[in-house]
Amino acid sequence: MDLSIWGYGFMQNAVLAGAFGGAACAAVGVLVVTMQLSFLGVAIAHAAFAGALLATILGVPPAVGSLAFSLAAVAAVGPLADRGEFSPDAPIGIVFSLTLGLAFLFMGLLPGPRTEGLDLLWGSLLTVSRADVALLAGVAFAVGLLVLLFFKEIQAVIFHRELALAVGMPAQPIYYGLLIAVGLVITASLPSIGGLLVFTLILNPAAAAYQLTYSLRHMFLIAVAFGVASTWAGLVGSWLFRLPSGATIVLVSTAIFIAAAAGSPKRRGKAR
Amino acid sequence: MPPRPESADPVIRLEDAVVAYREDMALQEVSLTVYRGEWLGILGPNGAGKTTLLTVVNGLGRLLRGRAFVFGREITRGCPASLRRRIGYVPQVQRIDPRMPISVREVVRLGACGRVGLFRRPRPADERLVDFWIDRVGIGPLSGRPIGHLSGGEQQRAAIARALVQQPEILLLDEPTTGLDRTSRVEILDLVRDVHRERAMTTLMVTHAHRRAAALCDRVVLMKEGRIWGEGPAAAMLQAETLNRLYDPEGEQG
Repeated sequence: MDLSIWGYGFMQNAVLAGAFGGAACAAVGVLVVTMQLSFLGVAIAHAAFAGALLATILGVPPAVGSLAFSLAAVAAVGPLADRGEFSPDAPIGIVFSLTLGLAFLFMGLLPGPRTEGLDLLWGSLLTVSRADVALLAGVAFAVGLLVLLFFKEIQAVIFHRELALAVGMPAQPIYYGLLIAVGLVITASLPSIGGLLVFTLILNPAAAAYQLTYSLRHMFLIAVAFGVASTWAGLVGSWLFRLPSGATIVLVSTAIFIAAAAGSPKRRGKAR
Repeated sequence: MPPRPESADPVIRLEDAVVAYREDMALQEVSLTVYRGEWLGILGPNGAGKTTLLTVVNGLGRLLRGRAFVFGREITRGCPASLRRRIGYVPQVQRIDPRMPISVREVVRLGACGRVGLFRRPRPADERLVDFWIDRVGIGPLSGRPIGHLSGGEQQRAAIARALVQQPEILLLDEPTTGLDRTSRVEILDLVRDVHRERAMTTLMVTHAHRRAAALCDRVVLMKEGRIWGEGPAAAMLQAETLNRLYDPEGEQG
């Protein structure tokens, strides 16, 4: 096997971006999956994509637009999911379709061949810049630190937000802090991982880990391992078989999820 | 013996409390004083506002009008975390996702987490307290199990242990015996009675229809349609005729 490819700077960047991006997405994925807010994650991801497109049209850095839009999505859907009186499906669905519509609109308004827009949609691990890698590394470490520092609060908020509040924890700031972390990770992942792929990397590794353990600590570790493994498998696939890396990452992470679900002790427990 | 109001220390005081969820008035001009060390039973049909009354005390329910005081501090605009830590809350049994990645012990330990505060881990003394209450409520052998795998009664015991790990001065129990078999009901009520006495707690217990549970209380408040319908010593309030009128949907309001 020809390993000379690893000597190239772009490949090193891709490997690092895959590791940091995969880890950060998987870690926030654990939050989204355990809080049963998967759909909310999709809405934030599409908002970030639409925001990045608008920023591109206006000639400002895409990250500015995606951050603003993802925070706006958090502000719009966070309270709906938090209220608990009614099912938030419909309002989140409306925000989701609105952000998708805006993304289409901005894509249509984008002048020229629209490669910048398509890059944001698909991401491109192989052309990711050092600056993007540094941003991803910073966000990955920030998320790791957040999880370590606030582990017991996160555990409480995931288990039962009302109870976390009742025992005297700052449950609301923690809840919104976690949603904002999701928005930040998506924003940082957009250039390398892309608006479509980012959600696969948030959902699949965490959902796979959810099948395998009853410990939140282990769930974070397993999800991060699956996230990194998925992106690296995508890179290897694209190098060895000339496959598009994004598609390979989706397929590998889905395969991991199916294997985890099939072998899940939780599934066996149910059947008994 | 119920404490005498004139000599006792009021720990909870509601003045014309009104709570609304959207169009529904959950609590309508409720005034109530609860004294330190008292065990208050709250009875009434569904939708009477019993749960809402509890949530006003720990700040989960917000007042639309009126005033509320806990430990002498006004909490009309919400109960601050420092006070919530002193109030144990056992909500009604809810279905927990059996795959939820959290163990019984971790759930009980949450009771200590508010007091421990941000950026700190529970101390060994907190861990001992967690072990103590897990054993005391009788779920010692289950402490490593995922919380979602426990039966309703076992989850209820875990919830009570969690509230007691808080070392609360006020304990709020929302239908703690609903859905349990007779043995568990008696055990849980005995446990609450013993702990209430030992710790000199102020206990508010909502029960849907269990006269036996309410009979243990010092004082009973009967609620209907968001209002206090009757109030007095348990023996006087739990007459069959009074309860029949309380639960009769066509019955007159008090």
